[in-house]
Amino acid sequence: MIDTDTLWTVILTLGAGSFALRFVFLGLVGDRPLPPWLLRHLRYTAVAILPALIAPLLVWPRATDGEFEPVRFTAGIATLAVAYFTRNVLAAMGTGAAILVLGLGFLS
Amino acid sequence: MADREAKSSYRRGVEDGLPFLLVIVPFALLFGVLATEAGLSVFEALSFSVVVIAGAAQFTALQLMQDQAPTLIVILSALAINLRMAMYSASITPYLGGLPLWKRALVAYFLVDQTYACSILEYELRPEQTRAQRFAYFMGVMTPICPFWYVATVAGALLGESISTGYGLDFALPIAFLAMIGPMLRTPAHMAAAFVAVVVSLLAAGLPYNLGLMVGGIAGMIAGAETERRLGLEPA
Repeated sequence: MIDTDTLWTVILTLGAGSFALRFVFLGLVGDRPLPPWLLRHLRYTAVAILPALIAPLLVWPRATDGEFEPVRFTAGIATLAVAYFTRNVLAAMGTGAAILVLGLGFLS
Repeated sequence: MADREAKSSYRRGVEDGLPFLLVIVPFALLFGVLATEAGLSVFEALSFSVVVIAGAAQFTALQLMQDQAPTLIVILSALAINLRMAMYSASITPYLGGLPLWKRALVAYFLVDQTYACSILEYELRPEQTRAQRFAYFMGVMTPICPFWYVATVAGALLGESISTGYGLDFALPIAFLAMIGPMLRTPAHMAAAFVAVVVSLLAAGLPYNLGLMVGGIAGMIAGAETERRLGLEPA
């Protein structure tokens, strides 16, 4: 069992801390100009952090306790390929979802 | 006129955010179920989702509390997982930094993986938009995502049944993000950033507190910026 005081300490501290992380630049920097070298790095935030977030999940999925799994991997690569060549986010999601559902349904 | 443009930006945001319902709802349902199993009341589970509003960090904190980890470790581990939010905040500041403080605070509160990924893609692909349109778009994306995070948490806490991870629902998030990464790969610099981030995040996956994500992400950003500088690419 989780102690009630501990629980609320965690909820409130974690909430405040998470908001601080989200607010730190947006709130404190605002529209003050940032140095060009920093802006140059920030332009690549999304295209670096999101792949870094997804790559381990693609190779070692949580659902299989980190065991490599060919259907999920194929679905992921196909999604990226369709997204890259068509630039159509919905078509890519549809492709990945179809491979996932058909592949897992077929194998089980 | 400006009002109508903001409205159409808002509507486009809602449309772009809608597919994420498939990601958010199962994830939040599962959190509700696990929270109930860990002994939290429905109100406590909902408070968790409203106050913290960050899936991976919530799951981690819940798990560590069940393992009776020291409170400070619980908080620091979950915050480490949320460190990427500071990167999102920095990345979105050049687009939204001129908004009034209360609007920036609102954006900060709703700045999660999905709202960030949708918005930054929109801002990069439509650089001509005004700040008001960008804010409207962000709130549009948030609309089908964040409220349903709360609602599905409550539903999961009330149902309390074990949710099946069959049919690959666990993989909805990677699929959704991979679909958004594709169109971001516009220049050699973007490709280099993504490639280095993938390689380094895989090599660093064993680091504690999810630090592999930050190491991989920062390595990718440096690779992107360096490639841009060396090739003399126009900022795109």
